[in-house]
Amino acid sequence: MRYIPSSPTERQKLLKVLGLESIDRLFDTIPESFRLKRALDLPPALPEADLIEQMGTLSRKNLDLHDSALFLGAGAYRHFIPAVVDHLISRAEFYSSYTPYQPEFSQGTLQSIFEFQTLICQLTGLDAANASLYDGASALAEGILLAHRAKRRNQIVVAGPVHPEYLKVVRTLVTTLGIELKSIPAGESGACEPDRVATQLSPQTAAVVVQQPNFLGRLEEIAPLVEASHRAGAVCIVVVNEAVSLGMLKAPGSLGADVVLGEAQSLGVPLSYGGPYLGFMAVKMEYVREIPGRLVGQAKDVQGRTGYVLTLATREQHIRREKATSNICTNQGLCMLAATIFMATLGKQGMRELALQNRARAEYAKAALKKIPGCRLPHPGPGFNEFVLELPRPASAIHRQLLGKGIVAGLPLEQYFPDRKNDLLITVTEMNSRAQIDRLASELREAL
Amino acid sequence: MSLERSPAKRREGLLFEKSVTGKRGSDAPLWDGPEPEALDSHYLREEIAGFPELSEREVVRHFTRLSKLNYANDEGLYPLGSCTMKYNPKVNEKIARLEGFAEAHPLLPPESAQGCLQVMADLERYLCEITGMSAFTLQPAAGAQGEFTGIRMVRSYHQSRGNPRQVVLIPDSAHGTNPASAHLCGYRVEEIASDDRGCVDLKGLKERMRDDVAVLMLTNPNTLGVFEREIGEICAVVHGGGGLVYLDGANLNAFVGVARPGDMGVDVMHSNLHKTFSTPHGGGGPGSGPVGVKDFLARFLPVPRVVRGESGWRWSADFPESIGKVHSFYGNFGMHVRAAAYILANGAAGLREMAEAAVLNANYLRKRLEGVYHLPYASPSLHEVIFSDKHLEKHGVRTLDVAKRLMDYGFHPPTIYFPLIVKGALMIEPTESEGIEDLDAFVDAMLRIAKEAEEDPEMVRSAPHTTPVGRLDEAAAARRPVLRWSPASEEPRS
Repeated sequence: MRYIPSSPTERQKLLKVLGLESIDRLFDTIPESFRLKRALDLPPALPEADLIEQMGTLSRKNLDLHDSALFLGAGAYRHFIPAVVDHLISRAEFYSSYTPYQPEFSQGTLQSIFEFQTLICQLTGLDAANASLYDGASALAEGILLAHRAKRRNQIVVAGPVHPEYLKVVRTLVTTLGIELKSIPAGESGACEPDRVATQLSPQTAAVVVQQPNFLGRLEEIAPLVEASHRAGAVCIVVVNEAVSLGMLKAPGSLGADVVLGEAQSLGVPLSYGGPYLGFMAVKMEYVREIPGRLVGQAKDVQGRTGYVLTLATREQHIRREKATSNICTNQGLCMLAATIFMATLGKQGMRELALQNRARAEYAKAALKKIPGCRLPHPGPGFNEFVLELPRPASAIHRQLLGKGIVAGLPLEQYFPDRKNDLLITVTEMNSRAQIDRLASELREAL
Repeated sequence: MSLERSPAKRREGLLFEKSVTGKRGSDAPLWDGPEPEALDSHYLREEIAGFPELSEREVVRHFTRLSKLNYANDEGLYPLGSCTMKYNPKVNEKIARLEGFAEAHPLLPPESAQGCLQVMADLERYLCEITGMSAFTLQPAAGAQGEFTGIRMVRSYHQSRGNPRQVVLIPDSAHGTNPASAHLCGYRVEEIASDDRGCVDLKGLKERMRDDVAVLMLTNPNTLGVFEREIGEICAVVHGGGGLVYLDGANLNAFVGVARPGDMGVDVMHSNLHKTFSTPHGGGGPGSGPVGVKDFLARFLPVPRVVRGESGWRWSADFPESIGKVHSFYGNFGMHVRAAAYILANGAAGLREMAEAAVLNANYLRKRLEGVYHLPYASPSLHEVIFSDKHLEKHGVRTLDVAKRLMDYGFHPPTIYFPLIVKGALMIEPTESEGIEDLDAFVDAMLRIAKEAEEDPEMVRSAPHTTPVGRLDEAAAARRPVLRWSPASEEPRS
């Protein structure tokens, strides 16, 4: 096999050193009755060229984005990724190393995590961020567990539209621990009504969860929700699943949010059919010892040189075992590095411009689409790069029709909300040209 | 041998320290459309305070320099026991980056994502065949999430029979994630002691097994690299008491093609694609931890599941007893593609050869180091071998010192101080990806260090001497945590 460096002769030599006549003897401790008496039934081994050919054929069975326009987001966003990102994360020193258990041999990884933590703090306006989590959904689940531990309360209030897939994951994770979720639907505006949320809080409320921008693309009023949460003695958790928005929107931490978490796939990580992505979590300093996952801190060596180490490990499973803050072991190392390089490359100005441009294109699309007879924007208030478009007819058929013309016209919301049969969730990023948006409008007009 | 691995390296400043106002590394794409009316100012932030401003050139320099402060598996032996730092085939990186895969949106209609669905369906089938399990989910994003998923299904199973039960039994040699995952599923953890062979004490297990036990979480081969040869009896005892057996498949790479957990009585297991199936460790992730079950548990698998419809593959959430979801979408698809490519490149014979070479290499290291380093358990090793620092104690040299000194010889240290049942453990896993020359060079370094411990223990205790930084004061770092750069000073913010 081409990935194994020792030749059969060399392996014979090693066997001889061990005093064994055959390689099978190495497995003597596996009882005979459990030995597989046949070869595994797998496809025949493929040479590299054939492997590329075969996988290439499969990859072409997916939608070809060269011939089509994607207006689909809903928690996974197609953004431009500067060439430096993939180039740098492909360096063997990054991608073929592991968790920095030995700091003297891992300063590159450790420093980049420290930089990531800082960037996330700057974006969210909070004090401390971890080295990343699996994805947005598990970040939310972990955030809820954090609030549950910190407040010793059992109720979580979900205010307004939070990503339905995140809530499914949260339910799987938290229900065995006796945590109860209480959802408060959005008002007519598509955003939540802080006064109404406030009346639903109780001394049992551990956290109020709100998504910004929310799942329907609307901006939420964070400050009054923070105030209501704190009045009830609860943690206010802000979920962000389109991290590009943080380039222009007020940092939730600066509005008093205690925990800001979510999905940072938008920052340099490809769509890759849903993963690997990049969960993140930032907290106020008072919650830092409750934060799950890896944390990197600054340290000095014996000669007084500055370096970086994994720190506050007493929160973690390899020390605390069942008493750990989480069962998480690794982070999303390479995705985190991609995001760090992405943010460093765009920088202060680039992040702002990218955000502004996403909104500009979405507003252009809104204006074009609402002019189509029968179409309307049911929630016309402020948003970022996503919005709901209501069609005069069931959306799924129209969606399918446009797919035939190479346009992915957002997400039919019926799949999450049965009463939204006519609604599409449309996403517009900097990857959608003016011509693409115009074409979406004209094809939609024609299809209707 | 020279102590110099490479010339002394300067500290690389932080991104924030290098930032100069007005620089940029990227321009937004051209937009010739109208500018919208501005949002109300209460939604808008000022500039992102402290955010770096650098040219593209400087970003490339910065991260290239940082990369050189890392040791890499592509550079040399990286014998982290239990982590399985095997070679990451380059072709897998190319395949995962094919546009059709890398640019596939997870919420595309299934007819536009048949390639992705096919890869996932194929990988599920391969994993079933390799492990002898009946069905797999690829959703868990890492081994620990796989453990949670598996134990959560166990809970649903018992619940469906009227009682979720209360206890998860875990050997004292297990990974720390096992008890943490069990706890998250609402179970109480009870440790069961290992016997003098380092294996599960069957007698103790028999005595403990009652109807409050939901599941035994077993790692096999265990974290000592020893095969639990009584696994048939272990499963029988647990099943006899109405419990299930979970296999932590972290060490599946030791016996792929030789035997299958499903044939041994295991009910549910996870496999780490970044271990057995070569997906890159990426400096700490992303991983992937698919979970396999026997038929009777398949109805509890996470949704959605890939199913065959009339017009190709599609997603189905129509499994009312499912535990639900554990990932935002379908798991780390980018890792699924790489693992599938690895399995296809190897074929059945190649996978078995992989396991054989891994076990051979570990046993060779054991043979050459045995005697000089203390072997706490004499049981035969499979893919990894655990030594301790007992023979070095008399010189005042500990496992940590050996690990640090190994860096001066250009090797990544093994996993240390794990498993917890071995005092001063050195857990060495060479994997199949090393040839004789590299194994011998590692052995030479280990033997020299043992000699140095005798002749110049202080030099070993103060190692490493050639790395960009020396030993860092982790205790001080944890006492006054500095977790981010701050513009005002280097003092902690807390």
